[in-house]
Amino acid sequence: MTQPVSNCPNCGAKIVFQWSSSVQTVCQYCKSILVRTDVDLKKVGQVADLPPDSSPIQLHTEGVYRNKAFVAIGRILYEYDQGRWNEWHITMNDGTSAWLSDAQNEFAISFPSHTTGLPAAAQVEVGQQYTWNNERYTLTVVTPAHYRGVEGELPFEYWDKTEVTFADLQSETGKFATLDFSDEQPALYLGEFVEFDDLKLKNLRTFEGW
Amino acid sequence: MSAGAPPLKPEAKALNCPQCGAAIILRALGHAETVVCESCHSILDAQDPQLQILQKFEAITGGDRPLIPLGTRGKLRGVDYEVIGFQRRSIQVEGISYRWHEYVLFNPYKAIRYLTEYNGHWNDLSVCKELPVVEFASANYLGEVYKHFQSSEATTDYVLGEFPWQVRVGEHAAISEYVKPPRVLSAEKSAKEVTWSVGEYMYGADIWKSFNLPGSPPEAVGVYENQPSPVSQNVKGIWAAFLAFAIFLLMLMAGFDLLSTKGTAFESTYRLNAGEPKGEASFVTDVFDFEGRTSNVEITTTANVANSWIYLNYALINQDTGQAWDFGREVSYYYGSDSDGSWSEGSKKDTVIIPSVPRGHYYLRIEPEVDPKHGPLVYSVEVKRDVPVLGFFGIAFLALLLPAIAITWRSINFERMRWAESDHPVIQLTNSE
Repeated sequence: MTQPVSNCPNCGAKIVFQWSSSVQTVCQYCKSILVRTDVDLKKVGQVADLPPDSSPIQLHTEGVYRNKAFVAIGRILYEYDQGRWNEWHITMNDGTSAWLSDAQNEFAISFPSHTTGLPAAAQVEVGQQYTWNNERYTLTVVTPAHYRGVEGELPFEYWDKTEVTFADLQSETGKFATLDFSDEQPALYLGEFVEFDDLKLKNLRTFEGW
Repeated sequence: MSAGAPPLKPEAKALNCPQCGAAIILRALGHAETVVCESCHSILDAQDPQLQILQKFEAITGGDRPLIPLGTRGKLRGVDYEVIGFQRRSIQVEGISYRWHEYVLFNPYKAIRYLTEYNGHWNDLSVCKELPVVEFASANYLGEVYKHFQSSEATTDYVLGEFPWQVRVGEHAAISEYVKPPRVLSAEKSAKEVTWSVGEYMYGADIWKSFNLPGSPPEAVGVYENQPSPVSQNVKGIWAAFLAFAIFLLMLMAGFDLLSTKGTAFESTYRLNAGEPKGEASFVTDVFDFEGRTSNVEITTTANVANSWIYLNYALINQDTGQAWDFGREVSYYYGSDSDGSWSEGSKKDTVIIPSVPRGHYYLRIEPEVDPKHGPLVYSVEVKRDVPVLGFFGIAFLALLLPAIAITWRSINFERMRWAESDHPVIQLTNSE
């Protein structure tokens, strides 16, 4: 697969896109947030260095999910009143992209769903039940969060987002869903909780002493 | 990285408490959200490079130190963990405060686990990936039914070390617990969140081994909500064993009964006239045959004694080998009436069993002794071969039944003690009429 290559409009460094559908990336050198237009890259902002972080996953971490190899190519770090979590943007070897969320090492993989008729942010409450894809989900937590930083490639422009609300849902069978209210139209991601060991992750961060 | 860090356990960050200046060690790398100063107990924001104070707290610890020191590493279910945080929480039930301790276990790759300790009872908890379904007084989790044990309001009294969420002293959470020993399901509810955890009962000795702790763990007091009953697993087993043995015994009895010939080998009646002197009365019977396998012999003596006795010296003699079995039997029967009414003692019939008598030709030598003042006496002797001894089966049956009942009773008692601490006690302990 030929990967789109370009140069950072800010510092001139080479920018290689891992995934042809990426819309946004961050220059590894000058931390400029770059958005792809039809012809060129446009600098839209700059990220501060990400705060010291705990995720064992890093850019280029590889793993296997449902017999498909994936690689982490970007992430969003969110912060809420009780802590932080990471949403790693992963691309599968069949060209699709998904999210590997890491909340204090509780891992879940989810895919965007095109379900319509989703509730609005003001309507969601803990304990509500929804049925999507014949699976019954119970809303377990509503999290007002703000983004703390981005890294790597993302499938959408995310540089100007600040306050966002998420609602997480769980099923009786270990399925997981997130309602993302950052856009006018709520977005639904469906997936499941995964065990660290089952993902057969390679290229992980190392922690001294562990 | 600090230069003096030991190679195996680096101290990720060495900082100072902004409240008291004591050194703060951050163990969980970037994971910790909150760290508590071990000397002044100020709760600090672990993510802030300046360690901003989140809550100043003069802890009244009451000597409440973690039993597993912070920083201790151990292996639990095959994974290495480091104890990074400690908190004491409590609930109030009918004016009594029940306290327990929670330890935060950290591994940079694995989900956080928690150890809880109450009165020497330990539990190893992790967050549920599958959501339990609550139905009436039970919760369904992964196809198993957990019974509701208790709902209460827990308060955080005291914290030490690092936490993966922002912890505050005085925080409240509504906790509902459901049990299926040795497991427990716990739901912690706040306005914005419900978190389910599943735990499994652990023995202090296993914790001590896992974390290589010196000394011995505190003794477990009482029965804990999800403590596995030492007998409940045995109850079904012992009744199954009892049933199997009972069937076996019945078959054995039926078998013996079928095999037994139960034939009367010899029968005769003798008469002693009134006042006939004792002695010289020894006589031998006709010869009779015992056939088949070596088996027992039952000799029944019946006499028309009435407020008198007869004593018989018997010898069962094998005509072929001369082997003899000597034994004496008494038949006596007394009766009368007094102020308490009528009474009787003894019996007109006596039975004795001689085991393991081989086949052959036999005869009896009988020497009766009687009360010198006896009236006319008639006695008869019956010899039966190969009689089933059913009394033995009764004893075996009881020997099996008694432990089954004892174990069942112990199990019921254990469950009663467990549920006495719950919202649903089995028996009200104060059961006044």
